Amino acid sequence: MSPSMSSDTILTVDNLTMRFGGLTAVDSLSFTATRGEITALIGPNGAGKTTVFNCITGFYKPTEGRIALAHGSAAAFDRLEDLTDSPEQFSRNGSDALFLLERMQDHDVSGKAHVARTFQNIRLFGGMTVLENLMVAQHLPLMKASGYSIFGLLGLPGYRKAENEAIDKARYWLEHINLVDRADEPAAGLPYGDQRRLEIARAMCSDPVLLCLDEPAAGLNARESHDLNDILTFIRREHGTSLLLIEHDMSVVMEISDHVVVLDYGKKISDGTPDYVRNDPKVIAAYLGVDDEEIDDVEAEVSK
Amino acid sequence: MEYFLQQLINGLTLGSIYGLIAIGYTMVYGIIGMINFAHGDIFMVGAFVSLIALLLITALGITAVPLALLLVLVIAMIITSLYGWTVERVAYRPLRGSFRLAPLISAIGMSIVLQNYIQIVQGARVKAIQPIVTGGIPLMESADGFVARIANIQIIIIVTTVVLMTVFSLIVAKTSLGRAQRACEQDLKMAALLGIDTNRVISLTFVMGAALAAVAGCMYLVYYGVLDFYIGFVAGVKAFTAAVLGGIGSLPGAMLGGILIGLIEAFWAGYFSSEYKDVAAFSILAIALIFLPTGILGRPEVEKV
Repeated sequence: MSPSMSSDTILTVDNLTMRFGGLTAVDSLSFTATRGEITALIGPNGAGKTTVFNCITGFYKPTEGRIALAHGSAAAFDRLEDLTDSPEQFSRNGSDALFLLERMQDHDVSGKAHVARTFQNIRLFGGMTVLENLMVAQHLPLMKASGYSIFGLLGLPGYRKAENEAIDKARYWLEHINLVDRADEPAAGLPYGDQRRLEIARAMCSDPVLLCLDEPAAGLNARESHDLNDILTFIRREHGTSLLLIEHDMSVVMEISDHVVVLDYGKKISDGTPDYVRNDPKVIAAYLGVDDEEIDDVEAEVSK
Repeated sequence: MEYFLQQLINGLTLGSIYGLIAIGYTMVYGIIGMINFAHGDIFMVGAFVSLIALLLITALGITAVPLALLLVLVIAMIITSLYGWTVERVAYRPLRGSFRLAPLISAIGMSIVLQNYIQIVQGARVKAIQPIVTGGIPLMESADGFVARIANIQIIIIVTTVVLMTVFSLIVAKTSLGRAQRACEQDLKMAALLGIDTNRVISLTFVMGAALAAVAGCMYLVYYGVLDFYIGFVAGVKAFTAAVLGGIGSLPGAMLGGILIGLIEAFWAGYFSSEYKDVAAFSILAIALIFLPTGILGRPEVEKV
């Protein structure tokens, strides 16, 4: 499978390059993610996976390259070149919209383009309660309901209604991650596995079209990892949210992803279905640490 | 006993003023980890704006004291908020992301700028006003004729402080804006990734801090009746001490610290010597920092390893 523009693309990354001084962490990487699918980004340690995430979510400004995200249908990509030539960050057309993420500030990537992410090292607001963590993610609709004024915050009916809706949504997610009973406890007091799922729920509360998960299975035991798979497939099935996933746990990657992109030293070395990637000699070489000259040998070995 | 009661009332009044200023320090520290050294001068600007507003309102013929005070308070809060916002915008925001000391130095610079600005436009002489709120309620009389009384202005100061603190705590605890502030306090970058415009939240924090400092300035003006361009320094340092004593970053801590500093000063001045009241206040700070480094209500920073 080649990274061609498939029927319903949600994200295209073109020639993404990120340099830190003399170090090229990501080297002209291009790939696409399809709407409603789980795309996994894998690679050995230091391959540049998290850097790609940081560029997509506005954490870093990429040195070069373009990251485009479409809302609605992939037809939005027809305007990609026009948008690139214009100084705008995004263009809307009815229900379709196209965003150039590399031009946007971090809070707009979430607030306008609706890209959410989780972190390798969990970044919950530990001193706030579980419920409040989910409410913070709904700050924007709540502020809109309050009319951005102090008076609105202190009890206009519109704000009350929005707040009740926000609580309902938070409760919905708490039910799905089995944390309703602990809603008023500080998030930092939860067990590790619950914190991971809470972080995912918090990201979902911001209504993302694309959810980027950085090693969601890291540090989870087999049962927790299984629960995680369930919640991720649930998100895809019930909410149609597209997922972009960095993962080391191959059981997670192979079980739930539809499409796998493999990075090594910042370059893409393979791209395709899990089965295709699993048998790609270049991937095997990268993971097992074989010299370039030996790739042919490995290839011969695999094809046997 | 009567004397004790009197000093208690005086201390609470003074402590309310310190507490209002301390909130500005503690909130800004909580959210961007920076000590806003210009905050004391924002308080001083608030006092001057109150003075000008008071003179204007009197000139306009509004003589009903409660209405005049309320108007002065509102005008001072609005105009001083603009100062707070501007200081953040021109002196701190451009330096965000630069090394940690840069905004601190810039804050000291802003402090000097504000002092000199007021000195030039308002003159260096001490300004005085007639007391506008007089009278009081006698509470107790001792055998030798000393009457402990609470002045009306003291009641106004304490009540205003309590009301504002309550409103303010409600905003921070219950509303979406307060949640965003607390989220920014814990993890600024993560808050941004959830769609919160962190620059706006930081600006609002400065605005809120400045508004409360303006209230403190207004209260200072009507309580003492004299002010000059230099009052911000001592009051600012005291309020900063209060914030540290209460646990910097903690809102109830700032209030508690303010009241404690006010009480320490009042009792020291009442029972020992008023020349050394500052020494007492700062000695308590030093002792608190040695034995209680995170302050009374501050959270110790625990790093999980």
